[in-house]
Amino acid sequence: MTSAPGDRQIAVVAFAQTVHRRSSEELSEVEMLMPVLHEVLDRTGLKTADIDFTCSGSSDYLAGRAFSFTLALDGVGAWPPISESHVEMDGAWALYEAWTKLLTGDADTALVYSYGKSSPGSVRDVLTRQLDPYYVAPLWPDSVALAALQAQALIDAGDTDEPALAAVASRNREAASANPHTQLKGPVAQGDYLVRPLRTGDCPPIGDGAAAVILAAGDRARDLCAHPAWIRGIDHRVEAHGLGVRDLTDSPSTRLAAERAGAFERPVDTAELHAPFTAQEVVLRKALRLGDGVVVNPSGGALAANPIMAAGLIRIGEAAARIHRGESGRALAHATSGPCLQQNLVAVLEGEPR
Amino acid sequence: MPEVLKAPLVVEFPFTRSLGPVQSAFLTGLRERVVLGVRTGDGRTLVPPVEYDPVTAEEIRDLTEVAPTGTVTTWAWNHAPRRGQPLTTPFAWALVRLDGADTALLHALDVPGPDAVHTGMRVRIRWAEERTGAITDIACFEPYDGSRAQPTGHTGEFADPVTGIVAAARLDYTYSPGRAQTAYINALSGRRTVGERCPACRKVYVPPRGACPTCGVATSEQVEVGPRGTVTTFCIVNIKAAHTANLDIEVPYVYAHIALDGADLALHGRIGGIPYDEVRMGLRVEPVWTEGARYPDHYRPTGEPDADYDTYKELL
Repeated sequence: MTSAPGDRQIAVVAFAQTVHRRSSEELSEVEMLMPVLHEVLDRTGLKTADIDFTCSGSSDYLAGRAFSFTLALDGVGAWPPISESHVEMDGAWALYEAWTKLLTGDADTALVYSYGKSSPGSVRDVLTRQLDPYYVAPLWPDSVALAALQAQALIDAGDTDEPALAAVASRNREAASANPHTQLKGPVAQGDYLVRPLRTGDCPPIGDGAAAVILAAGDRARDLCAHPAWIRGIDHRVEAHGLGVRDLTDSPSTRLAAERAGAFERPVDTAELHAPFTAQEVVLRKALRLGDGVVVNPSGGALAANPIMAAGLIRIGEAAARIHRGESGRALAHATSGPCLQQNLVAVLEGEPR
Repeated sequence: MPEVLKAPLVVEFPFTRSLGPVQSAFLTGLRERVVLGVRTGDGRTLVPPVEYDPVTAEEIRDLTEVAPTGTVTTWAWNHAPRRGQPLTTPFAWALVRLDGADTALLHALDVPGPDAVHTGMRVRIRWAEERTGAITDIACFEPYDGSRAQPTGHTGEFADPVTGIVAAARLDYTYSPGRAQTAYINALSGRRTVGERCPACRKVYVPPRGACPTCGVATSEQVEVGPRGTVTTFCIVNIKAAHTANLDIEVPYVYAHIALDGADLALHGRIGGIPYDEVRMGLRVEPVWTEGARYPDHYRPTGEPDADYDTYKELL
């Protein structure tokens, strides 16, 4: 390990994800996760024992079990003891923690992974438990209902309409056709209203899946990857928790996170947005000032595969993978958590000139 | 591969939550059909009220009454109400800005169909018949075409304030233990104990979870272990079990780590058939099954000589 904080540059050097499916009930969490961990390590030639820091994201509420992340630790070889941490959030926030750890110089490499199995429970009900327990959770408003309130607010404001939302759905799922990991791809009917104004096509598929990323600092990143995706900036912000306090048609937290991450300093060519509902893409495009020239969600986005707790990390992974492949020079990745884009993380990734 | 096991799993808990001064006043107010907001330093009125200004994080306690009538700021039509939601018939979710408030409250709006809702429509609170000091004291909102209701001038002082709520939560799951643990449980139904061997370090894990926690690689080679084993360490329990399934276990009793023969990881179980103060490290034990049980009820001494310390010291 080195101790050279300050101007350390950290890069995403490898990314792997599962083929996301409606149900993987034949597998425990660690059984679902392990192939992804092996794949991401194989891409760098690293062994679990070579990793300086490991950080994961998952949720006990999906598993229906306390301290559920400890079972997944078997998959990273947690004995003899490793340096490890966990966030009860999407893996994008685990990546943020790993990035800060690498910045301090305490570690040169980090393994970040996250996973979620939605299939054992009813994810619409499960997500109600993250709401304000005094005023909101006792009413059991489900995740689709809250997203629908946001969609109606946008329609009323003239920011979008139902055909425009259908076009967002269609564009994402068409892009997903080229991505072997996605769950919902190609032409998908908009379908009936789930909670009006949102139709089934405006909503993400419910699925199980996992993702993993390896970060490395400085020359170590160049050793491990031919074209590292350098994290030029990363920041996350949260809004007031009261839904009625916020302007649901805007996302000031995304804008501020993007500003602090340096997203507005130079244009990006690619944006991977974590917008599980079509209307949220409208909000994010506006907050991030994305022009028509930016390729948005070439992976298919969360409308094509939305493994809860992994979908945000996948956005960073997909953006990085485009840089690894030389398809992007400067990409923005966004992750969200909570109802109606309550918490937002923005990372700016860049390749080196080729 | 045999089918994985599945079983219903219900997680249910009555969370008891205490209220701060502002939340207490608001929820007590609902019990008394009074709606209170809180005023921020810059003069805005927040309903529902919070204890800290969402912009400045300043503590705020300046309660002010608002009207039970208001305006829908956005809505969504819920044609299929789910368990626990305010109404069992189709309804609109609505954010409602009550007259006198600057922010909106989320609740249900009782209207016959989506054509009867629009942003900007006027509504009023329909109170629940029985009120306890909870957000559900508002049964829902209903359309209202009368004039703006006038607040009563309430100060937010109550003789008998509510100081807490019980927020019951229940989630239903279908639990599946996955491939490795399914194989373990299926073997137990034949009174056999099956672990899995790590292809890298060759250790046998019981119960198996499909991964070697040392090497981080998948395990799949099944190995039958036991039935006999060695007590590696133990403790004496002096607290009577509260769970109904264990009420007949007298205290004190011994709970032990048991290394089954052939296993590289100790599992735990109760030791019976021997006075509690005669249990020792190295004691050789065997499982005792009861009729219809899915796992051993306890372990008892086999009568063999104690195992040599060197044979199990790595498993402590």
